[in-house]
Amino acid sequence: MIELDARRLMCPMPVIKTQNIIKTMSSGEQLRVVCTDPGVMQDIPAWCRINGHILLKTEEVAGEFILIIEVVQE
Amino acid sequence: MKILNLAKTQYKSIEYNSPLLSHSTQRENRTMATQKKAVALISGGLDSLLAAKVMLEQGVHVEGINFYTGFCVEGHTHAIRKKDKAKPKRNNALWSAEMLGIKLHIIDIIEEYKDVLINPKHGYGANMNPCLDCKIFMVGKAKEWAIENGFDFIITGEVIGQRPMSQRKETMPVISAESGADDLLLRPLCAKNLPETLPEREGWVNREELHDFSGRTRKPQMALAEKFGFDDYAQPAGGCCFLTDKAYSVKLTDLWASRGKRDYEIDDIMLLKVGRHFRPKPNFKLIVAREEGENNFLQGYKKQFITLRTMSHKGPLTLLDGTADKDDFKLAARIVARFSQGRDAEVVDVEVTENGVSHTISVKPFAADEIQEAWRV
Repeated sequence: MIELDARRLMCPMPVIKTQNIIKTMSSGEQLRVVCTDPGVMQDIPAWCRINGHILLKTEEVAGEFILIIEVVQE
Repeated sequence: MKILNLAKTQYKSIEYNSPLLSHSTQRENRTMATQKKAVALISGGLDSLLAAKVMLEQGVHVEGINFYTGFCVEGHTHAIRKKDKAKPKRNNALWSAEMLGIKLHIIDIIEEYKDVLINPKHGYGANMNPCLDCKIFMVGKAKEWAIENGFDFIITGEVIGQRPMSQRKETMPVISAESGADDLLLRPLCAKNLPETLPEREGWVNREELHDFSGRTRKPQMALAEKFGFDDYAQPAGGCCFLTDKAYSVKLTDLWASRGKRDYEIDDIMLLKVGRHFRPKPNFKLIVAREEGENNFLQGYKKQFITLRTMSHKGPLTLLDGTADKDDFKLAARIVARFSQGRDAEVVDVEVTENGVSHTISVKPFAADEIQEAWRV
């Protein structure tokens, strides 16, 4: 699993970083994104729905927001 | 058949624009043939939502593009301020794309945008908003993106007369020409008020199904939104950019004046959105958190700035941007104490931390009328 550290970034930067790293990944690969802006809990799921990627899990741990995404490329 | 002798594009124009065919048949034909692809500038507002929808209705493949300059209102204030957190935050550009069922590409243009803001060829609007240069830049970037990704044309939600600086009859051709998009730029909401573009001439879209909106009224857009079933769209009163905000623009101008140069980093422009700003002397500025959410946000900058914190009473975290001597620290501490729970006390202890080294000074908080109006940025 690839990890993206998006701590201290304000939305939409975590979404942009997620988008850009996913462009380099293949279908079936998983990305774990760690953020501190609570806005990602709305924005990254929306971005995944729009672009067809699968959001496997979201959780909040000690003030950090963690999202796990399975990449689906066309 | 005569049409076999015609060039491919001419064939399309004749076949798909035939007045003998119904609009729905024309639409089907356009979809069944080589489907044309448009990239839509999506701001998150109603106009860009509608413009994209008008194109989808004509069978065009649409994908959205949204540019992040660092000055976008979307999200920031909600993320920073605790009092706003009860309201669920949404990014309206993403929401628009989801409503439309299209992909959205969000592009970071923070670095490139500096030149647009610092050196706008067409100047600023009422505040520090370089709206015309901004639109030219974004349409130009959209054209680059369209070429790289095999798209045929560009659409925007612009409406003649909607905005005083960038959306006027005389600025529309300026944007088309200076962006390099020329007649690949289509404005579906006001196209009938403008010369035909390539997508119209080639029959990729039907001009008759485009619109002739103009002026500042929002009624035609609201009627179209109702027709399309959009009832929860964003209508930001001051636009989607902090640069149109007077208070923000004053802070940005102060930042440049204090540094003697017109430049910025992303952290600079983020911090202009947070806290109370005071410049009691030319050599330093204070950023005083207004609430817990801002306190938490400013914590992330403790290593980059001198910080002040009241120790004897609860109070806000404060960043000191600039340089300060002993007397400056005392002045700063009296201001910080004013915004602590010790504002009426005789003495408040304030811890000053610089490069990891702390010392505490005891001061009498300023009275309300001692905080000079001229200090406020």
